[in-house]
Amino acid sequence: MPEADARLGIDVGGTNTDAVVMDRDDHLLASAKVATTPDVTRGIGAAIAAVTDQLRGDRARITHAMLGTTHSTNAVLERRDLRRVATIRIGAPATLSVRPLFGWPEDLRRIISAGETIVEGGFEFDGRPIVPLDADAIARFAASVAGLADAVAVVSVFAPVSEEHELRAKEIVASELGDIHISMSHEVGQLGLLERENATVLNAALTGVARHVAQGFTQALADHSMEPVTFFAQNDGTLMALSYAERFPVLTIGSGPANSLRGAAFLTGLSDAIVVDVGGTSSDVGVLVNGFPRESNAGVEIGGISTNFRMPDLVTIAVGGGTVVGGTEGSVALGPQSVGYRVREEALVFGGSTPTLTDASAAAGTVALGDPSRIGAFAPLLEEGLTAAHAMLAEAVDRVKTSREDRPLIAVGGGSHLIPHTVPGVSEVHWPDRHDVANAIGAAIAAVSGQVDRVYTLADSSRGEALEDAQREAASRAVAAGAAPERVEIIELDEIPLAYLAHPAVRIRAKAVGALDLGGSLTG
Amino acid sequence: MVVTTYRLRADQREHMELDDQKLRQMAVGCSILGAGGGGDTSVGLLAALQATQDFGPVTVVDLDELDDDALVIPGGGIGAPLVSIEKLDRGDEILRLLPVVERHHGKPVSAIMAAEIGGSNGLLPVVWCARTRLPLADADGMGRAFPEVPQMTMELAGISPNPAVMTDERGNVVLIEAADGQWMERLERALSIEFGGQALSSEYHMTASQARRATVRGTVSLATRIGRAVLEAPDDPVASLIHSVNATAIIEGKITDVDQRVSEGFVKGTARIDGVGTQSGTTLRLDIQNENLVATREGRVLASVPDIITVVDTHTGRAIHTERLRYGQRVTVIAFPCDPVWRTPAGLALAGPRAFGYDLEFVAVEALDA
Repeated sequence: MPEADARLGIDVGGTNTDAVVMDRDDHLLASAKVATTPDVTRGIGAAIAAVTDQLRGDRARITHAMLGTTHSTNAVLERRDLRRVATIRIGAPATLSVRPLFGWPEDLRRIISAGETIVEGGFEFDGRPIVPLDADAIARFAASVAGLADAVAVVSVFAPVSEEHELRAKEIVASELGDIHISMSHEVGQLGLLERENATVLNAALTGVARHVAQGFTQALADHSMEPVTFFAQNDGTLMALSYAERFPVLTIGSGPANSLRGAAFLTGLSDAIVVDVGGTSSDVGVLVNGFPRESNAGVEIGGISTNFRMPDLVTIAVGGGTVVGGTEGSVALGPQSVGYRVREEALVFGGSTPTLTDASAAAGTVALGDPSRIGAFAPLLEEGLTAAHAMLAEAVDRVKTSREDRPLIAVGGGSHLIPHTVPGVSEVHWPDRHDVANAIGAAIAAVSGQVDRVYTLADSSRGEALEDAQREAASRAVAAGAAPERVEIIELDEIPLAYLAHPAVRIRAKAVGALDLGGSLTG
Repeated sequence: MVVTTYRLRADQREHMELDDQKLRQMAVGCSILGAGGGGDTSVGLLAALQATQDFGPVTVVDLDELDDDALVIPGGGIGAPLVSIEKLDRGDEILRLLPVVERHHGKPVSAIMAAEIGGSNGLLPVVWCARTRLPLADADGMGRAFPEVPQMTMELAGISPNPAVMTDERGNVVLIEAADGQWMERLERALSIEFGGQALSSEYHMTASQARRATVRGTVSLATRIGRAVLEAPDDPVASLIHSVNATAIIEGKITDVDQRVSEGFVKGTARIDGVGTQSGTTLRLDIQNENLVATREGRVLASVPDIITVVDTHTGRAIHTERLRYGQRVTVIAFPCDPVWRTPAGLALAGPRAFGYDLEFVAVEALDA
């Protein structure tokens, strides 16, 4: 009887799908890299087959399986498999000046919109109701979209201060429409009504994709005779139970870079560092703080829509192993074209005819790949190209930093040979072993989180009480997401006083992280 | 609703209609004229686009096109920027505010103007004009953004702030007669809290002939022109921007330190920008109180309030608001002259460096080039 002690981590990227198996002590038992297929679910099956084959029939050891995937992002960008969403904004008579979905790209609006309404209700920043909630209007609207909407988005003004009207609206919609997905904005986004509303509508629209992927993942595992507890990777570098991911698919957007960051932390043991993930076409530069990706404090645009759901703070540049080195000596032109995953056919050192940055690394001797003698007369141009790439990477590294102090840098990804040994503002560059599957390792590390972003009026509670409340709520959300209650800790606590208000009010953001409860009780 | 007409002068100048494209340009320009403050223009732009889509385009008129005794009213929002991005306006507040103003003055309003062209308040009157079909006067009361109600050119010109009319989305309308401009600031601020941290108001009502000497003129056209300069020069938007307002580029560099905190309801702090390229080795210090107020290099003041100091993204030419400044951003700091009225002794007393607590003399930005 084999031990039941292993976790399977899979990361679906634009080019490759990576998979690893790790045991209870976080030893890497197996790893594999397969090409991402247009039918992404088949690619997941291939990755599972490739990595579990190395376990030689010991598949039953795998008790947990974690998936990081770009399905949600692709669905929005390609306008595929999106649910029709009815949007209920609670805030009238305020907020009528900009209606829901106004300013969206017309094609996306047409695909997603099943009707919008703005009903009376919502809250002030200090928790007073703007006006009483118009429950009848919600019921009437819900009845009017029956049969048209596959999902409902509920968004109330200052829901981050009080979620009461959103919860009430959810009850009313559920009683009118029965079993339908309902996304509530206080669970999805932050302050900023329109961006939070957009994020909530997108979330509702993506719930079909999430369910489809969850079922596909479970099926692919079953096809390989496995029934582990399954999780999705989310974009803060933690995991969520499959049932949770089906409710919050928007949180999987950006999970790939987050997984790389977590994997880099795991591989080096560093918890505060800059991480550069160099792929075939581009590089993502991010920052680890306390072992987790630093969160962006600017809005995120996805598919032409402004949103404000949580995302890792990244600088992405068009420098990768497949980036084409063009131009002429003395005026080199770097990218942004890339041969991407075809680098193993098209690069000079592999017998191709396209000078790439991989050739530049081979010429400089920083990587042993292919046949460097094929570089020939391109050597001076490639040298210039590498210098230009180093400058772009150095600038990107500098842009993600928040202070002038030197920080260590962790280089991961297939193109990490492009990172020079010395980078301005960097104390030391680390190239950990197995950096090529850092993202899948990141998915397999088992941590879950909970987060709060809320405005407190300090007339009602003291500053200490407000801080305590936010931390308690973040911790309870981490437990709801699958953390073992006794192992939850607060890793972020921000306090932002609000400007232009005579009464003191403060916006508090708290984040709790805990080790996943590996008891297997969260099959939900 | 009272429908009013205005008469063109004999020279029949061409009217400007604010279509979608011009509104997008204007939003970029308002943001740059905000000197780092005035609030984010993105929600204001959406509201302006929706209002003109629903009720028709807005016509911009020069104050010269209005009868001497035509009533012109400024308008704007007062309150916390964070509230204004969460509890958006109703959009038709002007329909309840206007009758109270007209009843008080005993005549119809002929045009609406921005109290403050800088930031989101520059776009709010577009919504009011679309709703009322009144023209938008090509003028404002600041020529930039300032934090307080009486920091307006109308205050300098001796126009009374009374009565102010304030309203919220619920239909509360309050008419205020204040002892002076400072009391107006205090009363409006207090009332805006009661309304939920954000309210809309109109004060310093005047006739067109008063407005011609009491406002900063041509600022709607200016904002639109600035935005066009930035948006239509993708190769070098910063150079195009500098040319459009005859600005001085104080430094091109990188933000290397940001130290900001909220105190007494206002954002205060400093930012440090290290030069790159030909300016490598120089360092600029920016003093901030909601807006960018003083730019200093090696102890020498290069530009100061009330001149307009704006931090723009070196690649896009878009303004970066003070609360969005971050280490590592590639920026160009530009400065350009304020309206001359702000440089008079009275103007400097109201909005010069000393009015913001800096013990230094105002230095005109163009003196740098001399």
